[in-house]
Amino acid sequence: MSDLTELYQQTIIDHNRTPRNFKKVDDANRVAQGNNPLCGDRITLYLRLDGDVIRDIGFQGSGCAISQASASLMTGAVQGKTKAEAEGLFRAFHDMVAGGANAPADPKSLGKLAAFAGVRQFPARVKCANLSWHTLKAALAAAAEPVTTE
Amino acid sequence: MAERGRVTTVQRASPSSPAARPGLDVAALRADFPLLAQRMHGKPLVYLDNAATSQKPRAVIEAISRYYETSNANVHRGVYALSERATAAYEGVRERARVFLNAREAREIVFVRGTTEGVNLVASSFGRTNLRPGDEVLVSAMEHHSNIVPWQMICEERGASLRVIPMNRAGELLQDEYERLLTDRTKIVALVHVSNSLGTINPIQQMVASAHARGIPVLVDGAQAAPHMPVDVQALDCDFYTVSGHKMFGPTGIGVLYGKATRLEAMPPYQGGGDMIKTVTFAKTSFADLPAKFEAGTPHIAGAVGLGAAIDYLGRLDWRRVAEHEADLLAYAAARLQAVPGIRLVGTAAHKASVISFVVEGVHAHDVGTVVDQEGVAIRTGHHCTQPVMDFFGVPATARASFAFYNTREDADALVAALAKVRKVFG
Repeated sequence: MSDLTELYQQTIIDHNRTPRNFKKVDDANRVAQGNNPLCGDRITLYLRLDGDVIRDIGFQGSGCAISQASASLMTGAVQGKTKAEAEGLFRAFHDMVAGGANAPADPKSLGKLAAFAGVRQFPARVKCANLSWHTLKAALAAAAEPVTTE
Repeated sequence: MAERGRVTTVQRASPSSPAARPGLDVAALRADFPLLAQRMHGKPLVYLDNAATSQKPRAVIEAISRYYETSNANVHRGVYALSERATAAYEGVRERARVFLNAREAREIVFVRGTTEGVNLVASSFGRTNLRPGDEVLVSAMEHHSNIVPWQMICEERGASLRVIPMNRAGELLQDEYERLLTDRTKIVALVHVSNSLGTINPIQQMVASAHARGIPVLVDGAQAAPHMPVDVQALDCDFYTVSGHKMFGPTGIGVLYGKATRLEAMPPYQGGGDMIKTVTFAKTSFADLPAKFEAGTPHIAGAVGLGAAIDYLGRLDWRRVAEHEADLLAYAAARLQAVPGIRLVGTAAHKASVISFVVEGVHAHDVGTVVDQEGVAIRTGHHCTQPVMDFFGVPATARASFAFYNTREDADALVAALAKVRKVFG
């Protein structure tokens, strides 16, 4: 069970059960959709960009615990951040779970997002963790097509 | 349906395995499958994803090795002995596949990559010549994507439309609705024999008879039926029947499309290339006779040889005892799962193969799959390439345990024990 508790950390269980920012942002000026065809995870992400700053963010959707907790924690992490800061977090998070040059030496430097460090041992679940972040990237780039992890 | 002359070779009761009903020596059968003996995450592997692909008996693995070590050459080409040996091996499997499905003639057996290619072949070739604007193709609500998408594609190309036979909450097709949907516009019916996500066994013989009463041909997706029951295409009287080798204990990349000779003869080739021609000039090509017309290019010869070994292996089983054993596994596993609080079965048809889809209240199927995997239990989670079925039952995904004859009651116990860990993690 040691591997499992690495994956399903209490923070993740908690955010899955009670997702934060689970809302439609009525005055959103960016909306993006993401889906993971493998397990049917779907999210819709709403952003209100004020110049370069993410003033408000919310998401709706359904999916596995990893995808839902990731969306919840992502929205908390990027709220109030600039586009550039959010993109920096995207790279650090992505590389922490998927392996890559931008992985932080100490996941704790990412705060609560460090809860996803264990995902790296579960390659089949990396897409679940990354879904909301890819959707964020699409929203920031104002992409018209829904993003998919496939 | 016919017993295909299967002989009883496994008759001893198995006192060491309370899972097996007297008659089927599951321990002996398991010993034929090398992969099943391994451990996963430190636990004995419990393989319950047979509907995705089945494991291979040593006889199949060795037949493929032996073919490459002793008989490899291209088929239908060389005048030398080795090529004749390869051709004899390949064509020999066609004859065994004929017996396996009880087709009338070996030329009614076309080798394909699998069920998906079998459906695509018919959708493309039959569809292109028979579908006109306003025509309809009838499929069922429980089809695998591979028996939906090829028809959608050809319908779009031909201006035809796809109609769907609805089902009830148990996962049984509504036969009255089916009768109503069969009209003069219906040009072909494409039906799954055994549902991969619900386990439902459809009354194919009766449904074929209804379609034939109106002169409508029927294609049957038999991918999930072949590993669970003898198939007799003459008894079913279907026009096309297609199976995948890898789901019936053979290799991946090889399957069979059966088609009535009259149907296949009336259809144009699916792909062009070598081996499917009589003569070629730049002005005109004349096509080969059945079945070569539908087998362009060098086929998967070794795969066919492996499939032949799988057919031989299945032919040695006592299918009455296999059926009893699988029925026992289904009843036992379903009862044990239903006794777990928060578990709901999806697909409760009266007539079912040993496939059990379920959802765990409050926990996504994907999380269920990851947790039970840590206990060595391999199940499928997701939509199982049947998204319309998931939509019908209002679930994003299900977990699915699919049992083969080599599974035991202990495997079901291991699944239920692993599901207790799901509650431990998710509360």
